[in-house]
Amino acid sequence: MSRLAISLATIAGMALATYLTRAAGLAVMSRLHLSGRAERFMQAIPGAILMAIIAPQAVAGGPAETVGTVVTAACAWRFRSLPLALIAGVAVVLLWRYLL
Amino acid sequence: MCEAIGMKTSEHESGERLPFTWKGAAAGFWACVPVACGVAVYGVLFGILARQKGLSFLETQFMSLTVFAGASQIIALDLWGPNLPVISLIATTFIVNLRHMLMGAALAPQLLRLSPGRAFGSLFFMTDESWAVTLARVTSDGRGGRRTDGAYLIGAGLAVYLFWNASTALGRVLVSGLDDPAKYGLDFAFTAVFMALLMGLRPKRSDVLPLLAAAAAALLAARFVPGKWYILAGAFAGGGVAALVPARDGGKAGARS
Repeated sequence: MSRLAISLATIAGMALATYLTRAAGLAVMSRLHLSGRAERFMQAIPGAILMAIIAPQAVAGGPAETVGTVVTAACAWRFRSLPLALIAGVAVVLLWRYLL
Repeated sequence: MCEAIGMKTSEHESGERLPFTWKGAAAGFWACVPVACGVAVYGVLFGILARQKGLSFLETQFMSLTVFAGASQIIALDLWGPNLPVISLIATTFIVNLRHMLMGAALAPQLLRLSPGRAFGSLFFMTDESWAVTLARVTSDGRGGRRTDGAYLIGAGLAVYLFWNASTALGRVLVSGLDDPAKYGLDFAFTAVFMALLMGLRPKRSDVLPLLAAAAAALLAARFVPGKWYILAGAFAGGGVAALVPARDGGKAGARS
């Protein structure tokens, strides 16, 4: 096989592996009935994933990021607008980085 | 494939079919455009890095069109070399993207009310961003007693797909390097978006402990384990705490409609 063919085949393999991760969740859930503990587990997952994504940069990223995260959270909660919260948070971080 | 796993929507107690309309897809699309702009920044970065690693335009674009998973693509570039470590690349991609399984499961209540073709087709376009935006919509619809249009996910995903691929092409073609995204606070933009989306789920008091557990586990894992494992660690810690601690208010913010 040519170098290009191997490369494209590898990428196709990566694509298949990735799609499998996307499809598997639904494929498994379509065959399961959850109750009690298991249901509470699954319902906590979305928030937990979001929190897990946020935590490292928000807590360990530096004071600017920590304050920015708090400001973003407060704006998002109070004003229920994603663009507004985004702008507020990024503005705080930018200002902090350049003024302090 | 759908016959193979024996999936029939009528067998599952999920309720009637959800509508799947252009209007629903458009709503998802536009809701996701702001987030997609942030994705575009990293798409340009991927294009530039791919060029540096010696990938052809075809290989670069093919990867973004078919894999369509930013973190794993950028990590794959790290492994790229004259003798391609094929197994390593595929295995690493799979592992980095494992969190998609939990995300797909979280949207199962809605996806099970679509035909298998539409559900599994939409899932191709599920990314962190399109998933989070869709979940936010599902949650607010649930609180308002509305049905979410089944095409919302694919609409949101298409926004990310468009921006990701266009920016990959742009980055691959650009000659000079990209300014440091941190200069414009764009590195923080991702954190901000996900925080805003988390607030959109309107967490309740009973959610505080699981969320703290998720944060703690993620922080610990990020400190000691490389890669994106910290996300899975946080997800399982949060889910585990929620499972083990019965909710006194009888409910939890999150997708269930």
